[in-house]
Amino acid sequence: MNRIEKTLAELKSKGEKALITFVTAGDPDLDTTEKLVLKMFESGSDIIEIGVPFSDPVAEGKVIQAASLRSLSHGTDLTGIFGMVEKLRKQTDKPLILMMYINTIFRFGTEKFFTLCREKGVDGVIVPDLPYEEREEIKPYAKSNGVLAISMVAPTSHQRIADIASEAEGFLYCVSSTGVTGTRSKFTTDFDEFFGEIKKSCKVPAMVGFGISNPEQAKKMSGYCDGIIVGSAVVKIVAEYGKNSADKVGEFVRSLKNAVL
Amino acid sequence: MSETSKGRFDIFGGQYVPETVMNAVNELDAAYTKYKDDPDFKNELKTLYRDYAGRPSLLYYAEKMTKDLGGAKIYIKREDLNHTGSHKINNVLGQILLAKRMGKTRIIAETGAGQHGVATATACALFGLECQVYMGAEDAVRQSLNVYRMELLGSSVIAVHEGTDTLKDAINAAMRDWAENVNTTFYCIGSVMGPHPYPTMVRDFQKIISEEIREQLMEKEGKLPDCVCACVGGGSNSMGAFYDFISDKSVRLVGAEAAGLGVETGKHASTIAKGTTGIFHGMKSLFLQNEFGQIDPVYSISAGLDYPGIGPEHAMLYKTGRAEYVPITDEEAVQAFEYLSRTEGIIPAIESAHAVAVAQKIAPTMNKDQILVINLSGRGDKDVYSIAKYRGKDVVNS
Repeated sequence: MNRIEKTLAELKSKGEKALITFVTAGDPDLDTTEKLVLKMFESGSDIIEIGVPFSDPVAEGKVIQAASLRSLSHGTDLTGIFGMVEKLRKQTDKPLILMMYINTIFRFGTEKFFTLCREKGVDGVIVPDLPYEEREEIKPYAKSNGVLAISMVAPTSHQRIADIASEAEGFLYCVSSTGVTGTRSKFTTDFDEFFGEIKKSCKVPAMVGFGISNPEQAKKMSGYCDGIIVGSAVVKIVAEYGKNSADKVGEFVRSLKNAVL
Repeated sequence: MSETSKGRFDIFGGQYVPETVMNAVNELDAAYTKYKDDPDFKNELKTLYRDYAGRPSLLYYAEKMTKDLGGAKIYIKREDLNHTGSHKINNVLGQILLAKRMGKTRIIAETGAGQHGVATATACALFGLECQVYMGAEDAVRQSLNVYRMELLGSSVIAVHEGTDTLKDAINAAMRDWAENVNTTFYCIGSVMGPHPYPTMVRDFQKIISEEIREQLMEKEGKLPDCVCACVGGGSNSMGAFYDFISDKSVRLVGAEAAGLGVETGKHASTIAKGTTGIFHGMKSLFLQNEFGQIDPVYSISAGLDYPGIGPEHAMLYKTGRAEYVPITDEEAVQAFEYLSRTEGIIPAIESAHAVAVAQKIAPTMNKDQILVINLSGRGDKDVYSIAKYRGKDVVNS
């Protein structure tokens, strides 16, 4: 069983909500990212998404855009990120996901990429610019290497939800709002309707992300589904404290975990 | 690729966009499919082309240039004479008519040189739609006249300060806006790029260029051209100028891409010469990128050609050998800009000057009974200041 499925099954049996957190690889450097991943797991993250920086991240808001560019300016690349994952795998058996743009997979070589995911211990990928219609671009390669390709639905998905949710593996990434990643002071989506539609056809846990930035929002949003995803709010702390951000990030993650328990 | 994948040109094309805008892309596809053959839609567009844009554009016999180069007979397709000064209006009028029928109230667009932005701002003024144009901060400086034109027309212009401050970054910003405001907003893409249906739809709105060339040349010469030259950034004017001739194998199709300071200098935008297959801005196509798929910064004196990719249909035409693509440097383009101005009394857009430069190379190698058509995609008023600057002259009293 894939680590993502195993972790989510355990949480379900305990009746707990999942906390998924995100960090941009290589911001400010890969050694710090490695420490941050371990610290977040220690502080209550159940699954961690490692963001592979891309020069033109069209689904990201300002915070993750800036982190991606900082990381790239230090020369972060996929080879280095796989090296970091290899080191992490000697220290943790919790699920690791790479969140990245399709070009960074395609150009690296899709087959080679997923083979390395299996060898180094990456459990899943989230590719925000690869919609359902284009899923075959990676699906055969992911499947043959036991890597889960996480699907996304958005409030604008409407009639698409049934198709996407019924085929989802690992968990379904439910985008809270229109727009890009980044903190929001309020949400305008009708979540009862959105998750009502999702639950009709989704066989895997549903997680909500985009815009969740504090324990209050985390608590409220986790009420609608099986867990929450927090990205920009973590990256913001890393942007402020850099190499010394581990304790601050740990504290923040702990506060989120307590809120969703 | 998946059986559900749409809009393929060989392996290129597709719909690689975030889920948030997928429904909007599908709705646009459905609306375009519904209206493209609708008699009312076609009539309204045809009337606008004639009475508002000034179509058909002239096909002008460039006699002095023909004599000077001493080879093929040269005709110039005068897209620069269209209302707003470029071919961009052809596509914009089509898309804005669709947006109206789809009930959208807000239009966004990206622009490089400002030609697409001006055309979009113009159509929005005509139809009373709110319009916001994204422009790279560097382009907003080199094309400040066009920024003011758009504002005059009632649009707001946002200078995008991120990445390389050019066209690619303006598209990123427009895509983020679209994701945020997708329920009310229509994204009017300016070239044959982006997710399906844009490459096909924009080409269809531009193919009138080659259809007119065929008709006008049959009337004047009783035969098809032997060669058609056009500049290529994203590739809309060239797709328009090539499309109707693709099945006429005797017609040589030549795209001029921006070689900036030279394709070996790293400061260029020659996607065909130096690009590799990738997936970006909604499409699989050729891109200038590094081995890890990071998009390369590109450079050209021409803001309109300063883009690291190319439309997927061009990628196919290149791959299958149907069209050829020639890199033209800044220096060659500026020389052609001056040459056409002095020889024919026509000041071309610096983008279109790349097509003139490639024609200067090809025409002398052809016979006198052969015909070469240059698609002059836009007029050069907007470029006078930057060309003067390139030649070391300060024409602005500040």
